[in-house]
Amino acid sequence: MSVNPTDTLVQRLGDRFKTAVQESSDFRGDLSVVIEPGALVDVARYLKAEEGFDYLLYATAVDWPARDPRFTVVWEVRSLAAKTRIRIKTTAAMPDPHVPSLTSVWTAANWHERETWDLFGIKFDGHPDLRRILMPPTWEGFPLRKDYVSFGEPVIFSDQKLEGLEPDAIRG
Amino acid sequence: MGPHHPSTHGVLRVRLKLDGEIVRDADADIGYLHTGFEKSFEDKTYTQGITFSDRMDYLAPPINNVGFVSAVEKLTGVDVPPRAQAIRVIMMELARVSSHELWLGTTGLDLGVYSGFFYAWRDRDLALDLNEAYSGVRMMTSFTRVGGVAWDLPDGWLDQLQKFIDVMPARLDDFESMLTDNPIWHQRLKGVGVISAQDAIEAGVTGPVLRASGVNYDVRKAFPYCGYEQYDFEVPVGQNGDCYDRYRMRVAEMRQSLRILQQAVDNLPGGPWITSDRKVALPPRSELSKSMEAVIHQFRLVSEGFKGPVGDVYAFVESPRGELGFYLVSDGTNKPYRMKVRPPSFCNLQSLRKLVQGVLVADVIAIMGSLDFILGDCDR
Repeated sequence: MSVNPTDTLVQRLGDRFKTAVQESSDFRGDLSVVIEPGALVDVARYLKAEEGFDYLLYATAVDWPARDPRFTVVWEVRSLAAKTRIRIKTTAAMPDPHVPSLTSVWTAANWHERETWDLFGIKFDGHPDLRRILMPPTWEGFPLRKDYVSFGEPVIFSDQKLEGLEPDAIRG
Repeated sequence: MGPHHPSTHGVLRVRLKLDGEIVRDADADIGYLHTGFEKSFEDKTYTQGITFSDRMDYLAPPINNVGFVSAVEKLTGVDVPPRAQAIRVIMMELARVSSHELWLGTTGLDLGVYSGFFYAWRDRDLALDLNEAYSGVRMMTSFTRVGGVAWDLPDGWLDQLQKFIDVMPARLDDFESMLTDNPIWHQRLKGVGVISAQDAIEAGVTGPVLRASGVNYDVRKAFPYCGYEQYDFEVPVGQNGDCYDRYRMRVAEMRQSLRILQQAVDNLPGGPWITSDRKVALPPRSELSKSMEAVIHQFRLVSEGFKGPVGDVYAFVESPRGELGFYLVSDGTNKPYRMKVRPPSFCNLQSLRKLVQGVLVADVIAIMGSLDFILGDCDR
């Protein structure tokens, strides 16, 4: 194998952005770095301009209800020329989770960030068009959060009343 | 336009801002087929999740199956025996041919080539017959297992496949004689929906759409999986980045797929088709009456599955539409903590807005067709 250009990438990032690079890991050959939200856009610009990560693969989030900050937001980018990948992570905390948008760096992030907003309720500051994308615009709640129940619907028992609806009306 | 427009192949609504017949802006309204597969993955063990995967991109289920299990295999570090890899390659290339055939037929239909649809359907059926003979199901094959495939190839199957490989080149010639030099086909597709290499990369498209713009990127070549590095095939690359080049890419890819299939048939390795690692794969039935250990493994795998280590991985394969990726986050249990799918249709459809600005409404049909998105894949 030739020299892997990502070998020293974390080190270069650390030299340049100091403490903004909070963590890095290499699991099964997948390189990830955790970046402090404030420095995220600068790191992204650097990765694109200087390191050649020209292709955005996806953006998403992971919900860890027991952790604080609760959400990990993930972007994964690739350098088509060098055939390398890096996963950029940052965190967002309740009650108003928000992170900077990377659409100004990779325009392809547009729909991916909309989807993350739609399914996780994480706001992307600076996103040009942050609307729901998969769910209807009137939808309430964020389905991919862990506290969102995947199946089931509200059931009204005979001793309960739903606003404006008598129990007998439901039983038919 | 839509959500039930025949050219949307699925349910897609596109809001167009028109100036007469000229499109000024477009906004794709997706999500009509959103079924929450990513949420459902979190409730199922790794083995159970396989059956969800082929219901996303329902025109290339085997490729989704392989993509899903390769993420789990990457997480758990399970090895796949060579015969299983070859069977996966065969099924994936069959899926590629059948998906491109369907694309040819339906896109032709959208643009007025009615007869082509029937030819394409006839040929696609041959591939579905092979699916059925192997897995019992024509479309939702669910044939992969973590560490291999569920069944060995049945008797006589390779002969049936050989017939398919023999008959297809002439059928593709037939098809091409109908379209490739057809002046109407040229008028509808040439110079329509042009996207430059730079813009295509920026827009995040993959697959034939990216390659038609002149970017030589195919996961099978760039990051070989399932032993693709052993096969001799070319990746067709276009120059103009228009709808016509995307058509040419897909036809050329079918011919390359047939080459791969021929090599896979000729060099099919023997041996087991699933890993002997009893922690992830069921023991053979014959062992159950003899070995208590086998019974314990069987019971544990069926009742609770196997656990993966803590960590996150991204695994990806080349679907007929582009790079299909699975980002798997594991918290050490027997189910994915989070399974994010990177659907090629979603990423390619995002470029629609850019592609249709300034074109005629009729060209929107051609452009949407040439992007070859599958809404089940896009919406998940």
